[in-house]
Amino acid sequence: MKTYEPIIGMEIHVELKTRSKMFCSCSADWFGKKPNTHTCPVCLGLPGALPVPNKIAIEWSIKLGLALNCKIPSFSKFDRKNYFYPDLPKGYQISQYDQPFAINGNLKKVGIRRVHLEEDTGKLIHQGDSTLIDFNRSGVPLVEIVTEPDIHSSEDAKAFLQELHRIIRYLDISDADMEKGSMRLEPNISVGTGEVPDYKVEVKNINSFNFVKKAIDYEIARHKEILEKGQVPVQETRGWDEKKAITYSQRLKEKAHDYRYFPEPDIPPLIFKEKEIKRAKDQLPKLPGDKRRELKELGLKDDDIEIIIDDIATLNFFEQALNVVRLSGNREISAQEIANWLVNKKINIDKQNPKDLIMAIIAKKQNSQISSDIVSKAIDKVISANQKAIDDYNGGKTGVIMFLVGQVMGATKGKGDAQEIRKLLEKKLTYG
Amino acid sequence: MNKLNQLTIKQAKDGLKEKKFSSVELTQACLDEIERVDKTINAFITVTKDYALTKAKEADQLLAQGAIKPLLGIPIAFKDLYLTRGIRTTAASRVLKDYIPQYSSTVVEKIENAGAVIIGKTNSDAWAHGSSGENSDFGSTKNPWNIHKIPGGSSSGSATAVSASCSPAAMGTDTGGSIRLPASFTNTVGLKPTYGRVSRYGVVAMASSLDTMGHFTKTVEDSALLLSVTAGKDKQDATSLDVPVPDYANELIKNRIVTIGLAKEYFSEGINEEIKSSLEQAVNKLKSKGFEIKEIGLPHTKAALAAYYIIVFSEVSSNLSRYDGIRYGNDRSYFGDEAKRRIMLGTYSLSAGYYDAYYLKASKVQTLVKQDFENAFKQVDVLIGPVSPTLPFNLGEKVNDPLSMYLSDVLTVPINLAGVPSLSVPCGFSDNNLPIGFQIIGPQLSEGLLFSIGHKYQSLTDFHTKTANI
Ligand SMILES: [Zn+2]
Repeated sequence: MKTYEPIIGMEIHVELKTRSKMFCSCSADWFGKKPNTHTCPVCLGLPGALPVPNKIAIEWSIKLGLALNCKIPSFSKFDRKNYFYPDLPKGYQISQYDQPFAINGNLKKVGIRRVHLEEDTGKLIHQGDSTLIDFNRSGVPLVEIVTEPDIHSSEDAKAFLQELHRIIRYLDISDADMEKGSMRLEPNISVGTGEVPDYKVEVKNINSFNFVKKAIDYEIARHKEILEKGQVPVQETRGWDEKKAITYSQRLKEKAHDYRYFPEPDIPPLIFKEKEIKRAKDQLPKLPGDKRRELKELGLKDDDIEIIIDDIATLNFFEQALNVVRLSGNREISAQEIANWLVNKKINIDKQNPKDLIMAIIAKKQNSQISSDIVSKAIDKVISANQKAIDDYNGGKTGVIMFLVGQVMGATKGKGDAQEIRKLLEKKLTYG
Repeated sequence: MNKLNQLTIKQAKDGLKEKKFSSVELTQACLDEIERVDKTINAFITVTKDYALTKAKEADQLLAQGAIKPLLGIPIAFKDLYLTRGIRTTAASRVLKDYIPQYSSTVVEKIENAGAVIIGKTNSDAWAHGSSGENSDFGSTKNPWNIHKIPGGSSSGSATAVSASCSPAAMGTDTGGSIRLPASFTNTVGLKPTYGRVSRYGVVAMASSLDTMGHFTKTVEDSALLLSVTAGKDKQDATSLDVPVPDYANELIKNRIVTIGLAKEYFSEGINEEIKSSLEQAVNKLKSKGFEIKEIGLPHTKAALAAYYIIVFSEVSSNLSRYDGIRYGNDRSYFGDEAKRRIMLGTYSLSAGYYDAYYLKASKVQTLVKQDFENAFKQVDVLIGPVSPTLPFNLGEKVNDPLSMYLSDVLTVPINLAGVPSLSVPCGFSDNNLPIGFQIIGPQLSEGLLFSIGHKYQSLTDFHTKTANI
C-alpha cells in the first residue's frame, strides 16, 4: 500500500480596519452601507485620478509581518496586476509582486512566504438578469498572507489559521470577521505519494475554520481516490458547498494567469530604515504566544489557557480581574480560581466587569466558609442524637447513612450539599 | 499696440491693472479670434464661451475691488486631457466624446484660483498619442504658419491656440516632447517641467512615469509667471515633489552667465540643415554675451527612443484599461488605431516571457540615459539642442508610417526619460517661413535657470514677436 502525504498551503486575505481606504480618503467602513456612497474619483477609477498610499495600512502590514517573524526588506514597492473584471474599476489592481513588505517568516512551524498589501475590489450584486456594482469596498486595504506548503493535516491547518486569527486580533488591525468576508481563507491542497505532486487544487469561498478543515479532508479523500486509480487530480479552483459539505469544480486553472505585473508608476518605491523596522518591532504588543507563556507561569491549566487567550476580550477580562486581586492584596484568590470561574461558569464578560467577578468569588468563598461551619455543627448534633442509627451503621448497615444525611440536611435547612455531607459523615463515623 | 488677443500675459496683466481694458473685453477678443480662425486651424474641441464671459465678469469685479491675483482676468486654454468639472473633457478620443467630469484637475483648480478665465479645451492627438496632432478623433489641427503643415503634437491645439493668438497661454502635457515639439513648430515658448514639479492629478494619464504638465506662452517671461502658479507639491499626487516653489519671475531676471553644453549626438547627420544653422546662430548669440560653450556627449541617445516607446506602450496598455465603458464613456470599440496599436504593443511587452526582454531592459536603458544627463551636468550648467530633427511636415505625410512618426521624438524623449526640465524657445524661420525652436535643458528643478537664459535670449532676439497670418 502506498503512503499518501497531504501537502497544504494557505492564502489568507485580511481586510484592514483603517479609517480610510488604501489609496484615497474615503471611509473604509463599507459593510452594510448604502451602495456607492463611499466613493471618489480614485476608488471609482475616474480619468486622471491618482492613488496615494495609506501610511497606516503600510505600518500595519509591517506589524503583521513582524508578528509572523518575517524579514522586512528595506526596499519595497507597489505593482500593477492587470486584468479585466467589472468589479475592478481601473482594469488593474494595485498590489505587490516581487518585493512585498514582509518575507520569510514562520508561525507554528509553517513557513510564511510573504505578506503583502493590495486593494480590495468592488462587489458585484446579481439581480435577475442584471448585475449591479457597489464600489464601497473598492480600494479597501487588503493584506494577503501566503504560507509555504508546510501543512500536512486539516487539524494543523485549522490550528494555524486560528493562531493567525488570534494574532490579527491581538494586533488590532482587522476585525477578521469571516462572516463579513474581512478574513478569507483559501487552502491549496495536493497529495504526494513519495515525490512532489505536480498539481494543486485551490478551494475558495470558505468562511469558517471548521469548513476549511472539512474542505481539506474532503479534498484529501478525493485526491487519494483518484491517485489510487493511477490518475492525477486536475489542477483547478474549486468552491466549497457548505450545505452538502463537498467541494465542486469552479474553473480549471490556466497554468499561470498572465497578470502583466509591472511597477506602479504612480507610487514611488518605499524605503524603510533599519531603525524604523526595529522601532516597529519594539512596539509590537504581546502576542498569543507571549500570553500563553505568561499564563503558564501563573500555573494555569493548559486547556484553560487556550480558552482564555483565544479571545482577546476574555484575556483582557482575565488580566484585569487578576489585577483587581493583586491591587487588593488578597492572597486567597489564585489565578486558576479566576480562570475556573471564567472558563467553567461561562461568565458573560460583556455584562460583568472584572471587579464584580472578584467580589462574587470572595462572597462565594465566605458563604461556603459559613455554611461549612453550620454543617459540621449539625453533623455533631445528629450523631449524638441518633445512637441507634450509628450502631446500625457500624454494624454494617451502611444504607442508614442516607437517613443521617437527611437529618443533617433538615437541621441545616437545606444548606450544604448532600454529597458533601455524606462524605463528611462517612469520614466522621469511620475515623471519629 | 497689439490687438487685445495678441497680448502676452504680462502685457494683459498690466493693461487690466491700468484699466486700459476689462477682462471681459480681453476674453471677448480671444473668443472673437477663435470664432474667426478656428474653422481653419481646428485648435479647440470645446470653446467655453459663456463660462469664460461669466468668469471674466467676476474677474472684472475683483479687479475693480483692487484684488491682486497672479492671473486675474487672463484667458487660458487647456489641452482636453485636463479634467474640468462640468466642462466636457474628451482626451480628443471618441471614447470620452460626451464625458463631463465630476472634478477638476489640481492644475485647473490652481489656475482658476489664481483668477484665470478658462476659454476652452484644446485639440490634441487622442490620449496624447502622437507627434503631429493627426491622431485626434476630432480632426487634425493645422499649423497657423502654413495650414498644409502639421503643428506638431500631441499638444497640437494648445500650441496653435497660443500661436494664432486665440489665448495668451495654454496648458499642455509632455510625455516625450508633446509640448516642446509643437512649440518649436508654431513659434511659441513651451515648457516641459521637471517630472513631479507640477501635479498630474486629474489629467488623463498617458504614461504615468513620464507625464509632465507644462504650458505654452508667447514669451519666456510668461512661462515663468505661469509655472509659479502651477508648480508645487500636491497631496493627491504621490509623485509630486515636496520642494518649495521659487518666484520664477524673480529667477527670470537673474543675469546668469553659465556654461552651455552642446551634445554632439543632437547635431548628427539626421538633423535638417536649416535647423542646424538656426541653432548655431542662437548659440553664437549667447556666446557673444559671455556664455561658455562646451561640447559633451550623451552616448545613450540612440537607445533612448526604443526604450521610451516600450515604457510608454506598457504604461498606456494599463492606463487605458479603465476605459471599459462600464462607468462612463463609450466602450473599447471607440478607440482609434494609434491607441489600439499602443495597447497591443504594450500588452505584448509586459507579457510573461517578454517582460525581461522589453520592459525590464527599457528600464535599464532609462537608468543609463539618466546617467548620461547626470554626467553632462557635472561638466556644464545646461544643454542646448534642437527640438525636432525636421521642419513641420505635411499633413498626412506620415500617418501611414507610424515608425517615422515616432522618430520625430528622437531629440525630446531622452529628456523625459531623465525627468529633467526643458524649455523650447523660438530661434528662427526656415526659407519657407516655418518656425524653428531650440531647447534649453537643465538638471532637476533648474526651471529658474532655464527661464533666465531663455529670457536673456528673447531680449536679444525678436523671433517670438512674429505672428502668423491666417
Ligand atoms: Zn475613494
